[in-house]
Amino acid sequence: MDMNRLERISAFAWRIPASGAMRVPAVIFADAQLIEDMDDKVFEQIVNVATLPGIVEAAYAMPDAHWGYGFPIGGVAAFDPDEGGVVSAGGVGFDISCGVRTMLTGLSARDIEPMKAALADDLFAYVPAGVGSTGRIVLSEPEMDAMLNGGAAWAVAKGYGNAADLDSIEEGGRMAGAEPEQVSPRARKRQRKEMGTLGSGNHYLEVQEVIEIFDSEAARAFGLKIGDAVVSIHCGSRGLGHQIGTEFLRDMAVAAAESGIVLPDRELACAPIASPIGQRYLGAMRAAINCALANREIIGHITRQVFAGLIPGARLDLLFDVSHNTCKVEEHVIAGERRTVFIHRKGATRAFGPGHTDLPSSLHATGQPVLIGGSMGTASYVLTGTAQSESLAFSSACHGAGRRMSRHAALKHWKGHQVVDDLAKRGILIRSRSSRGVAEEAPGAYKDVGAVVDASHNAGLARKVARLEPLICIKG
Amino acid sequence: MGPSLEAAFEQAALALTAVLTDPSVVESQTAVDVECEALDPEILLTDWLNALVYEMATRNMVFGHFRVRIDGLRLRGRAWGETVDVGRHEPAVEIKGATMTALKAIEDRPGHWIAQCVVDV
Repeated sequence: MDMNRLERISAFAWRIPASGAMRVPAVIFADAQLIEDMDDKVFEQIVNVATLPGIVEAAYAMPDAHWGYGFPIGGVAAFDPDEGGVVSAGGVGFDISCGVRTMLTGLSARDIEPMKAALADDLFAYVPAGVGSTGRIVLSEPEMDAMLNGGAAWAVAKGYGNAADLDSIEEGGRMAGAEPEQVSPRARKRQRKEMGTLGSGNHYLEVQEVIEIFDSEAARAFGLKIGDAVVSIHCGSRGLGHQIGTEFLRDMAVAAAESGIVLPDRELACAPIASPIGQRYLGAMRAAINCALANREIIGHITRQVFAGLIPGARLDLLFDVSHNTCKVEEHVIAGERRTVFIHRKGATRAFGPGHTDLPSSLHATGQPVLIGGSMGTASYVLTGTAQSESLAFSSACHGAGRRMSRHAALKHWKGHQVVDDLAKRGILIRSRSSRGVAEEAPGAYKDVGAVVDASHNAGLARKVARLEPLICIKG
Repeated sequence: MGPSLEAAFEQAALALTAVLTDPSVVESQTAVDVECEALDPEILLTDWLNALVYEMATRNMVFGHFRVRIDGLRLRGRAWGETVDVGRHEPAVEIKGATMTALKAIEDRPGHWIAQCVVDV
């Protein structure tokens, strides 16, 4: 991206002043190098977001922003329903409530070493992963409705999780306002056999080691210390979320034209929050959030069973569960006034600071854990929300590295078995059903997650707590 | 690309399969019919591809051969394929949906049609 088109706010924040059809400015959080490497499309797309009705304050791009459809991935935008604000299916994305959860194991990487291969094999055997994989839970229609209403709380009630987990999941594990009746029969059918499955692409389950601590106080509060083994799970709302995204993207594109909203890009498809289609989408999208929360809870439950089978007495406690593709109603102080706005985070993580009332009391001192996923060979990070994040970008931070190379290009560079062998030499065990999938997801195909995390930290969006490196990766 | 809108749609479907697997290894064992209707040819293209994504996901199938008939803005298509065989197809990635990014369904010069869009995986 051409830096000359941006106004420097600080070394880690850059402004695109409002001009033309823009209702508000756009702000990109990144260091100079990340800006230079960023797609020009991010500029175009974040400017487009700034033109949407009812947008508040500014359109924001996180340090890992890259070309999305409509909104950039790494985009954050708030809309006020009282000012004609909109909700956008493209502003949430196809994989609704895709996110990351990290579980503490109470074990060290050294404890796991003797049974590492068996652990990798059992996790791979019991956690369904990859194209076409199905879970052991097949939902009837009434159970589907209960799941779409209840989220992780439904999973816990069915015996697929621990009640103690719910405090450590956004929304207490259950997104309010879900309307299962807005979820189409096709979305339901895509989900029937997919509960408790990882999916494919960049989704994974990893056993990781805490390699570095940046903030000892927060790390202690989170229960993290160097050498600890943790489990991180990255996945979303599976076929149900994809189908809802597909259907509403289309319907909103058609409805926008009919209601006179001029879209600079069809993929910005949106509808007034107060409109019937806007309300229908919110009801369906919240049901999809519950699907994702239930899905990660079930996978967490399977993971616990696998650990207990190999290591008697092993107990996995949930550190936290974040979603990074959502639209949520939140209160924020904007220009000195407390307002209720609809925050879209597409490839961006909510990052509530210390004392936020939506956090459990155990996290009041530290702020919310912000979990940033890597990819097989690359590190993942635990950060924590900051007090100033609210004034910067409605308490939001980055979500991951983002691709540096297309899947096609990655296939030309690497072979799956070669990637697996190279990582094995570094002590990282990969289990996947697809050699081609592994090649397409080679660590070198991704940008440097460390640079993205450093920029988030330096910009004040979130504060670094710990760096994790993979020991085992079950690849979706 | 193709000499007609129908042919271009068939090629777009083949490209969709190529995201997942090598289309040449897919056997035509079963035929699945889909129908869609839209307000313009571009949305008709995403509807066609998304109908295939849905059939692939719910039937656990992969398709390697397609036939499309378009009458006005109404499409009737048939896709031939088989159940996913992980060993033989090595499916790389699930397709979440066809998007409206870089979406085109046009005759860019006489007798030369383009049907394209980005698919999300």
